[in-house]
Amino acid sequence: MRQDRAMILELPKQAQREEIYKSRRNKKAVETVFEIIFILCALVAVISVVIITAYMIFSGGPAIGKIGVKEFLFGEVWAPTAADPQFGILSMILASIYGTFGAILLGVPIGLLTSVFIAEIAPKKMRGALRAAVELLAGIPSVIYGLIGMIVVVPLVAKIFGLALGMCLFSAILILAVMVLPTIVNISETSLKAVPRELTEASLALGATQVQTIFKVQIPAARSGIMTGVVLGIGRAVGETMAVIMVAGNVVNRPELFGSVRLMTTGIVQEMSYSSGLHREALFAIGLVLFVFIMVLNLILNAVLKKGAE
Amino acid sequence: MYKKLRPMDLFLRGLIWLSAGVTILMTVGILAYILVRGVPSISWSFLTTAPSELTGTIGILPNIINTLYIVLITLLISTPIGIGAAIYLTEYGGKSKFVKIIEFTTETLAGIPSIIYGLFGFMFFVVFMGLQYSILAGGLTLSIMVLPTIIRTTQEALKSVNPLYREAALGIGATRVHMIRTVLLPSAMPGIITAIILSIGRIVGESAALIFTAGIGVKMLKLTPAGVFEHLETSGATLTVQLYQYAMRGEDLGVSFAIAAVLVIIVLLINFATKRLARRFRCG
Repeated sequence: MRQDRAMILELPKQAQREEIYKSRRNKKAVETVFEIIFILCALVAVISVVIITAYMIFSGGPAIGKIGVKEFLFGEVWAPTAADPQFGILSMILASIYGTFGAILLGVPIGLLTSVFIAEIAPKKMRGALRAAVELLAGIPSVIYGLIGMIVVVPLVAKIFGLALGMCLFSAILILAVMVLPTIVNISETSLKAVPRELTEASLALGATQVQTIFKVQIPAARSGIMTGVVLGIGRAVGETMAVIMVAGNVVNRPELFGSVRLMTTGIVQEMSYSSGLHREALFAIGLVLFVFIMVLNLILNAVLKKGAE
Repeated sequence: MYKKLRPMDLFLRGLIWLSAGVTILMTVGILAYILVRGVPSISWSFLTTAPSELTGTIGILPNIINTLYIVLITLLISTPIGIGAAIYLTEYGGKSKFVKIIEFTTETLAGIPSIIYGLFGFMFFVVFMGLQYSILAGGLTLSIMVLPTIIRTTQEALKSVNPLYREAALGIGATRVHMIRTVLLPSAMPGIITAIILSIGRIVGESAALIFTAGIGVKMLKLTPAGVFEHLETSGATLTVQLYQYAMRGEDLGVSFAIAAVLVIIVLLINFATKRLARRFRCG
């Protein structure tokens, strides 16, 4: 009896102890290795952004240096294959800005009101249907928007406004407006839902109607979220390429609403395949300008989010 | 209770209904139009043959194979990396500055338009790494592009795992890696699958990032063990890129619509699948 107890209480022998320590050390090593793997995975995003930025600057920068910043950004003539080539992209920059502005002007009110409908007004069954519709809109590939634009929107615009060719800035704006809708609807809906119930109820209790509450209380309270949606929508519209190239006509013109235009994105795609030398470098420089646009938007977005968090 | 009917209210309410109506009608209109014009041109031979000059028939089998290849390569690369990054961000990082930087760069990647990815992929993978216009170059480019989708969706899934599970596992002496492998990842699996499906949607719909990386080839896959790998090095147009080619040529609109219909069907399936998964996730 005594002996049994002694055996139970006996400490592990030297060898066994070593064994336990070793397995503990092994486990610790596995832990460390995996932590390092996870850190490396997380670093991929950072490294990608650094490399992309570096490559955009290195491949776009030299051309801007050779052409001259002023001539490149504010030059109005784009004649890359002429005997005396000129590389002015002002028209493309303006076309991109106007196109985006138009898309936001059309898309934001429709998107915001749709999100109000989903968040506040819709009967429960319609809510699901609408949300599904918005998700589908977000999932449709750009080339399909382009195809619809080419076959349906362009002829329609030509007919309604009596144009010889419907391929114009206005058609591009219409397509872009539809494409930014899902972004705006989704983010506005989320932020409308995040408005504290007390605010809404206080407003209703004071005798305001539901519509008054929506426009005077809920939308102002959700404005930082709505702004986020707008900035993201701008990003999507500025960067859209394939849908626009199929409807905008693609002639480098000082942009007019019903004239054929070439945007920065479409300018790149259009000439990449046959460009060479300085011409190709200039196309990369357009990419760099676009990239700077997007980065500035990103910083704005960050500022908006920070303000919203406060 | 007496409320005066304000004409302004009625007007605004009308506008809200109108906007919602426009949104839903547009979606249904676009989808219906594509399906009605495209589906009749889809036939078995259209889906299972390559385009042939001899018979003058058009088939999209090479494009389907190219699309599958690119989906597969992209997911093979970006899924493990994305999940690893998400695990680091939710399980190890805490609220350090490093985590903030990673989250910021992930947002940045998400905001970069596809055409920029296309230019970058062309310079880095096609020219610098000497991959030529190839399916591999396209897949590598898209791997960076879908990374934010995978990281963010997986992060959401990991965050929504009940913290008690974590604590229980660690409390009975499991190591952190063991806990992640046996408790966390299985619980977050529906979310991770959602991330993968969402990425498939993005890859299938992508075009601008692929034209200058994967190119516009339509070579058929050689069904030999070596051919399966050699296909990675050939230039290959995906469905979207092929649609664009046909549409811009302007003569084969029927084919464009048929490809568009195939794409729409894929989009519908993907939406359906994510919906189902989301529902299961909420219950489970």
